[in-house]
Amino acid sequence: MMSTTTTPTPAPAPKTNHIGLSVLDYRGGKTTLCAGCGHNAITERIIDAMYEMGVQPENLAKLSGIGCSSKTPAYFVNRAHGFNSVHGRMPSVATGVALANHKLMVLGISGDGDTASIGIGQFVHLMRRNLPIIYLIEDNGVYGLTKGQFSATADLGSRLKTGVINDLPAIDTCALAIQLGATFVARSFSGDKKQLLTLLKAAIAHRGTVMIDIISPCTTFNDHEGSTKSYKYSKDHDEPVQELGFVPVFENIEVDYDPGTTATVRMHDGSALRLTKLNRDYDATSKVAALHLLAESHAKGEMLTGVFYVNTTTPSFIEQLNLGGESLAKLPEAVVRPSKQALDAIMEELR
Amino acid sequence: MATVDLGVQERAAQVSTDSRKVNDFSIQVATVNGSGSQSANTVLLRSIFQMGIPISGKNLFPSNIAGLPTWYTIRASKHGYIARKKEIDFVVAMNAETAQEDVMSLGAGAACVYDEPLNLSGLRKDIAFYPVPFDKLVGPVCPEAKLRRLVKNMIYVGVVDALLGIDIEESEKALAKQFSTKKKAAELNKAAVRAGYDYALATFTKQDPFFVERMNENQGKIIIDGNAAAALGCMFAGVTVVTWYPITPSSSLVEQLIDYLKEHRIGPDGKATFAVVQAEDELAAVGMVLGAGWAGARSMTSTSGPGISLMAEFVGLGYYAELPGVIFDIQRVGPSTGLPTRTMQGDVLSCAFLSHGDTKHILLLPCSVEECFTMAMDAFDLAEKFQTPVFVLSDLDLGMNNWMAHPFQYPEKPLNRGKVLDDEDLKRLGGFARYKDVDGDGIPYRTLPGTTHPGGAYFTRGSGHNEKAQYSERADDYVRNMDRLARKFETARSFVPAPVREIARSSKIGIIAYGTSHWALVESCDQLRKEHNLQVDYLRLRAYPFNQDVHEFIKDHDCIYVVEQNRDAQMFQLLKLDVDADQIIKLRSVLHYNGLPIDARSVTDAIISQQTPAQKGQ
Repeated sequence: MMSTTTTPTPAPAPKTNHIGLSVLDYRGGKTTLCAGCGHNAITERIIDAMYEMGVQPENLAKLSGIGCSSKTPAYFVNRAHGFNSVHGRMPSVATGVALANHKLMVLGISGDGDTASIGIGQFVHLMRRNLPIIYLIEDNGVYGLTKGQFSATADLGSRLKTGVINDLPAIDTCALAIQLGATFVARSFSGDKKQLLTLLKAAIAHRGTVMIDIISPCTTFNDHEGSTKSYKYSKDHDEPVQELGFVPVFENIEVDYDPGTTATVRMHDGSALRLTKLNRDYDATSKVAALHLLAESHAKGEMLTGVFYVNTTTPSFIEQLNLGGESLAKLPEAVVRPSKQALDAIMEELR
Repeated sequence: MATVDLGVQERAAQVSTDSRKVNDFSIQVATVNGSGSQSANTVLLRSIFQMGIPISGKNLFPSNIAGLPTWYTIRASKHGYIARKKEIDFVVAMNAETAQEDVMSLGAGAACVYDEPLNLSGLRKDIAFYPVPFDKLVGPVCPEAKLRRLVKNMIYVGVVDALLGIDIEESEKALAKQFSTKKKAAELNKAAVRAGYDYALATFTKQDPFFVERMNENQGKIIIDGNAAAALGCMFAGVTVVTWYPITPSSSLVEQLIDYLKEHRIGPDGKATFAVVQAEDELAAVGMVLGAGWAGARSMTSTSGPGISLMAEFVGLGYYAELPGVIFDIQRVGPSTGLPTRTMQGDVLSCAFLSHGDTKHILLLPCSVEECFTMAMDAFDLAEKFQTPVFVLSDLDLGMNNWMAHPFQYPEKPLNRGKVLDDEDLKRLGGFARYKDVDGDGIPYRTLPGTTHPGGAYFTRGSGHNEKAQYSERADDYVRNMDRLARKFETARSFVPAPVREIARSSKIGIIAYGTSHWALVESCDQLRKEHNLQVDYLRLRAYPFNQDVHEFIKDHDCIYVVEQNRDAQMFQLLKLDVDADQIIKLRSVLHYNGLPIDARSVTDAIISQQTPAQKGQ
């Protein structure tokens, strides 16, 4: 029978993550980008990933260069220090930050112009060093802020609204990153919520340079028929290399997977990245296989997404520099200024 | 033959005593670069230094690895003058390519030791020639034929020792220091010095008036180059992040710093307390410096003119977003690639205003190796105090040449890390506004990433921002911020190293100089007084922005010569921008820009030529 009395339900406690923060603690300012911009979806996934992974907001440093993509660090994790730097030069600033304080989680947001044109020099050298930095390219193939010129990741034959056809080959930032030494390289699509979120969580668990190229359509300047970076084209051509699963270390879930179809990569923090076979046999721990796969996909005109390369054994730049537990920025005077005896001994040598 | 029986020094008596020139001359060694002559020249320099005579050594070298002409000049001066001497008194001609010109450019009464096959003795009647068969002498002392090319140079050290009266034991001591880790090389070179010495004693009659006699001016002094001194300053300033891109003449600063850090900055846990990155270019180098400075490290880079040009955009960000960082500019001759191995004070204006928009930067101007050391430490304190990039303008002459100095004093002041709020401060304050002028000095407070207080974070940007570091294109926000930055720069006037009144004789004529020009100025002021009966006051600038002393010095004089090493009178222009309009007319300019270090004679001549007849009579 039905009860006529209603018991007042208490307001549900806000859902919190394993460090006791709610998703609101990871929010940023209101976006000023165009409605429907792929970058806004990426911002949402970053917030989800940080929340789900329980990243301490104050321990994050978010950096960017210049461009639409580079505005986005203002739209997530307000409780983190942010730095909107110089066009194409975020890698060097991020490098300085990571060296000064290697306990920070350093997240760099860039775009295709900021990375592949003006910033290609700093980008390739960042990839070589394998610093613990997460580098995201919000890739739409055009310069948005200057009203729609092609960038260097625009595909050969892609067409602008104005009818201009791109007659130069695209730079594949993933192939570059793999060749040069990045240790976690992936491509995703802003419209694929699940894949992107999984990739970002794995990126947070990785200790080394992460490079994720995220196809992120520009609704204003590059979302038309003839563009190879439009929503429609990307949805139609997105071909995941594998199905991704991620089990963070704090969830402590052990599930047996068939080793014939699923490879498990143990991340630096103990989390597990699961790569489940789809249409092809692919070993994401092989650099040669990764470069072969990308070269093949160019020939076929495929838009592959997923983890192309992951390597959790190469030492990071911080280890190569032999830095200790305390960050350089926090070392006290007694540690960084040698003694009077040391100076006197040096002077004696010079007499 | 009689000449074989008598030693050179005994013959010295034949040079009449009143024409003897003791401890007051310059020696120039002309060789080919890559021939190992640098070691021989250092030994010669140290030998005279150890005999207690004030010396300076200047290397004039090509932008090349091996095979091009190079000259090394040693000046001995009982008066303590260590600027370049314009005239060469004693040449050692080892380079066939330049030998004739080296001889023809000497003044009458000079001396020339040369490699015998060059056959130079017929060129002039008015100088003393000493031909030495280096190839014949090197054979017996150096059985290994492939080493002879290098050892040959050490022979001239012995020859010069004998001719000038340098105690050969001092050369042997200097050799032992030079080759302290290479015993075999030390022995080989010692034999070469001895062979040259014995040959000269047995062969030559002293025909020139130049002599070295012991003095006691160098007790306790050290010899060091400016780049090594700056490197030491950086280490004792507690530098933690060093980034660089190799460029002459600045590379040796970071290279020597790396050596010092490896020796003195590894913690008890075996871990490094520093990070050094050789960047892909100067843009990245300065980007890393500013990123590290933002995150709380003491960070620096070192470069020269072309690197400064590349850093322009980032330095503007550093100024506007208020990021600390230290940039050493070891100036060389520009524009463009210019003369990469020659010296100049050519980056004063470009550094003072580097980057687009309204920007201005603190410049420190060391004149000596001591100041390379102390100003390196000042630079880090100022960069963090004022939260801005700070330039240290050294030059090739200071950075790459050896200078005498008193041993450096251990810093007494603790590090000044500037206005940084930590968690405790934020708890007390409840929050902060990054670009608010709380104290009225234009210097705001900052927090470092990683600060755990939820009110500690802020957003840094090179675009317009308000006091709370929020994006703003509002006119009033922009103007308020730019005015505060100007106020901060005004505050800096009284915190940068103050100018020094080097000579104060209450004259109406003043001289203003800075950096390495100082050494020529000291000597020139003496020349003006002794030769022209002209008393001058001399103020040495040590930093930009100028403090009140500079303005007072200009007000106190009727005529002020601004002496500097560039074509466009860059410091003169900077002073003109700063002084009152009615003072500008008093300023005159003396310029030296041929790539060689400035010398006193050129300064004296230039000042005298600009004096009116009435002033000359003063």
